[in-house]
Amino acid sequence: MVAASTLKTFSVTLRVWRQAGPAAAGGFVDYPAKDISPDMSFLEMLDVVNDELTAKGIEPIAFAHDCREGICGTCSCTINGKPHGPGKGVATCQTYMRSFSDGDTIVVEPFRARAFPVVKDLVTDRAAFDKIQQSGGFITARAGSAPDANALPIPKGDADLAMDAAQCIGCGACVAACKNASAMLFVSAKVGHLGLLPQGQAERDRRVLAMVNTMDTLGFGSCTNQYECSAACPKLISHDFIARMNRDYLTASLRSAFKPAPANTGGGAA
Amino acid sequence: MNLVGNLFGSSIGRKILMAVTGLALIGFVIGHLVGNLQVFSHPDKLNGYAHFLQSLGPALWVARIGLLVCVGIHIWAATVLTLESKRARGGQAYGVKTWIQATLASRYMRWTGYVVLAFIVYHLAHFTLGTAQSDTFKASLPAYKMAHDYHVLGFTVVPAGTEVLDVHRMVILGFQPPLVAGFYLLAVGLLSLHLLHGMDSLFQTLGWRNSRWSQSLRTVVILACLAYFAGNVAIPGAVLTGKLSLESAAKSAPAAHH
Repeated sequence: MVAASTLKTFSVTLRVWRQAGPAAAGGFVDYPAKDISPDMSFLEMLDVVNDELTAKGIEPIAFAHDCREGICGTCSCTINGKPHGPGKGVATCQTYMRSFSDGDTIVVEPFRARAFPVVKDLVTDRAAFDKIQQSGGFITARAGSAPDANALPIPKGDADLAMDAAQCIGCGACVAACKNASAMLFVSAKVGHLGLLPQGQAERDRRVLAMVNTMDTLGFGSCTNQYECSAACPKLISHDFIARMNRDYLTASLRSAFKPAPANTGGGAA
Repeated sequence: MNLVGNLFGSSIGRKILMAVTGLALIGFVIGHLVGNLQVFSHPDKLNGYAHFLQSLGPALWVARIGLLVCVGIHIWAATVLTLESKRARGGQAYGVKTWIQATLASRYMRWTGYVVLAFIVYHLAHFTLGTAQSDTFKASLPAYKMAHDYHVLGFTVVPAGTEVLDVHRMVILGFQPPLVAGFYLLAVGLLSLHLLHGMDSLFQTLGWRNSRWSQSLRTVVILACLAYFAGNVAIPGAVLTGKLSLESAAKSAPAAHH
């Protein structure tokens, strides 16, 4: 015999940003979300609401999602004014309905920034982050077999700090939270991650100069040191990396200003 | 890559300019306050100090132009960065937006900056140019005869008996209208709030701050701003409450009156 479920369901009102396309005008629309289990994730709740909307012949709410376990950086809702909702260090997919109470009105909006145009409803185009990455967020290394683990000594502290930065999933919550729509936490995480490791040293100056230049060109704002980004980050990446990037940028600018240009630009068998 | 181009043309470069000019201006306002606190001493002190600064000639102008350049770059960078950031935010505002951890001082930097700018303009008109409150401007007051030598680093720079401008009297008379003293109190309060975010931020922008010592830095910054505020409140506050008046100054300096 199985005991009756003691789980209490509850109902909330969703106030969702609906926008048919990139050029269309958008607006908030209220939808009831009834009989919600507190153990549902925010995205599962949206699935339930969308099922009901579909059954009624209403266009379901478009929202971005993929892994649903907080590692891909695809989900991207601003919930009640905070990217990824009320929890600390979690993505929207790891936000559970137990964070809300019966009768709440929950405001759901896309991540907003000029560099993140809305595609539809809650879905934004965050390709700007890819462009920043492509401009320098890599190391130009030999693509052979994995090197011997002990061939390249890296102090444990440096490796751990690099991994703190490498946790960035590129979701864009930092930009969405910032009053200036600044991408500096994202860029600094990428610059810091590679800049802390020996493999990243050869291109360290070129990387920070190129990535910051791309960030500026794509129309992100700049940091006013309020640290809303690191508080909204689902991986709680520290704004210490922004300080590190600022220092790297200044050093790289100084060094490149005095670096001699090679006489033979062709090199080898030109 | 061009260093000057990076400093003036990139987001981080302009932030670095904000930080460096801000640091220079912080140094100035602290030095300025320490110098002005001599008003609580014998009138010889402030008058001798003011006469010494005026006698520096070209060096005084180097300092003045340097400060104006710093103020100019600070305001220019702030304006460009703010406009870029407003543009970056995009046309559609959030329906609901909450602050997570931004400090009050950080959220009102632009507004405290406006008041500080208005204050600088009035302060220069009041005590440097004499276009505001001209009846109590130093040039309209009787000359002051130094009772003692005024020394800087052990050297006598203004000897006793020199006739100098009576800056001490100007300061006391200048703060007697409650409206003026009130505006000074408000402005230095907001300047202290501006510095509360600025002093902390410059370490972040120049890349010297990290979580290892950011709490200690914050404590030092808060104490420095409180001390700066207290020092600045003291001068107009003492005049407003009558603790510092021409009579009290005369009592401390019988030799200064002939």
